Amino acid sequence: MSGTVAVVGSSVAGVRTAQALRTEEHDGPVVLIGAEAGLPYDKPPLSKQFLAGTWGADRITLLTEAAARAAGIELRLGVPAQHLDVAGREVLLADGHRVSYDHVVIATGSAARPSPWPVASGVHVLRTLDDSRALRADLERPGPVVVVGGGFIGAEVAATARASGHAVTVVDPLPAPIGRLLGPEIGELMGQVHRRHGVETRFGVGAQDITGEAGNLMVTLTDGRQIEAATVVVGIGAVPATGWLAESGLLVDNGVVCDEYCRAVEHDDVWAVGDVARWDHPRLGEAVRVEHWTNAVEQAACVAFNLTHPGQLRGYAPTEYVWSDQYDWKIQIVGQPRAAVKHRFIGEPGAEPPRFAVVYSDEDSRLAGAVAVNWPKALVACRRLLTAGASSDEAARVVETLLVPAVA
Amino acid sequence: MPRLTADVELCQGYGNCTTTAPDVYDVDDDGTVVLLKQIIDDADRSRVEEATRSCPVSALRVLDQ
Repeated sequence: MSGTVAVVGSSVAGVRTAQALRTEEHDGPVVLIGAEAGLPYDKPPLSKQFLAGTWGADRITLLTEAAARAAGIELRLGVPAQHLDVAGREVLLADGHRVSYDHVVIATGSAARPSPWPVASGVHVLRTLDDSRALRADLERPGPVVVVGGGFIGAEVAATARASGHAVTVVDPLPAPIGRLLGPEIGELMGQVHRRHGVETRFGVGAQDITGEAGNLMVTLTDGRQIEAATVVVGIGAVPATGWLAESGLLVDNGVVCDEYCRAVEHDDVWAVGDVARWDHPRLGEAVRVEHWTNAVEQAACVAFNLTHPGQLRGYAPTEYVWSDQYDWKIQIVGQPRAAVKHRFIGEPGAEPPRFAVVYSDEDSRLAGAVAVNWPKALVACRRLLTAGASSDEAARVVETLLVPAVA
Repeated sequence: MPRLTADVELCQGYGNCTTTAPDVYDVDDDGTVVLLKQIIDDADRSRVEEATRSCPVSALRVLDQ
């Protein structure tokens, strides 16, 4: 394939697609278009090391100018794409320039769901480098922090803010927030981890209103109680960044709707990858959209392969994997625990440090997913077993043998 | 032939490399990457490069020997 590939979106999905096109020996131009002016950067540290100030921006760069030049990737950064002309095969940029393409890869990701409370200052969402910088600046001042939303981002921010000395309260309408994903028992354990590290939890109650300004905010809960805060972080999910495609004629429904090969439906020269892509998952038999780092990377490799091998298209059927680092817990999740009917704990949740795994079973007693806490070896084993279609009993047996390392 | 390196100080045990190239990377009981090979064939290079790009902390490298 020697035509031009335009990749729209310069986060991990876009960058990895551009790089993988070269690995697949695409020899035409590759243009990487990004709305933000700085070099492409990696997002996981934005709630952890970068937010804490232990890593600088240079440490999270995904693609340097030298690496882009070496790979023959043309960078068009600092100007967002405004429209996709599917018939004319052009990306229209906000500054009026047009980028012609033979294939376009949509990789615009997702945006933080905005805070519903219009407060002039002190209330943050966390998605971009600028978001993290702004929050970091506010966290440099003393004062209590309230985190609205007890999912992964909220929990990571709470852990980071607590570690830098703030009083922190996490608010979430669910009684055990992570429980929606992993079941109530591990959800309850996560709540205990917050409290063990001195973070207050107000679970089972939502945020009703936020008033005031930076340094002097008041969060009112749905039960009428109020919490004072210097800084508030609202971590209530993300929405796919598809606004620029509104007039494109592409089918957009909770993401760019794609076939199993990650091509936009009815458009063989339009692809989507990462958070913005909602594709037909061949093994699950439904259209899914996944907002995880590893999915972006694996889907990028698949799209690059399919784009350069039109005669050997591969359906994209990943095994879902995500991690989160909170306090002294490295949580790794594989598969779909939320689809499970029963589960089994292996190891010691109460150990110091904790090390355990949870193996989830579907209704046919097959392995549906697994969670490992501070136990990468168990996670890797379960990830392989899941891909191989193993039973949950077999997975439990394998993980149990890892409890006591074999004596050499 | 391409030579491999792994920075065990950077490694956090995320394990993505073991999925893309299980014949090349594993993790030990402490959750740290283990290189099963130091040298790979040129034919394996693209797959192993894909594995290095799947590392969230960029701990893996493929070098020209």
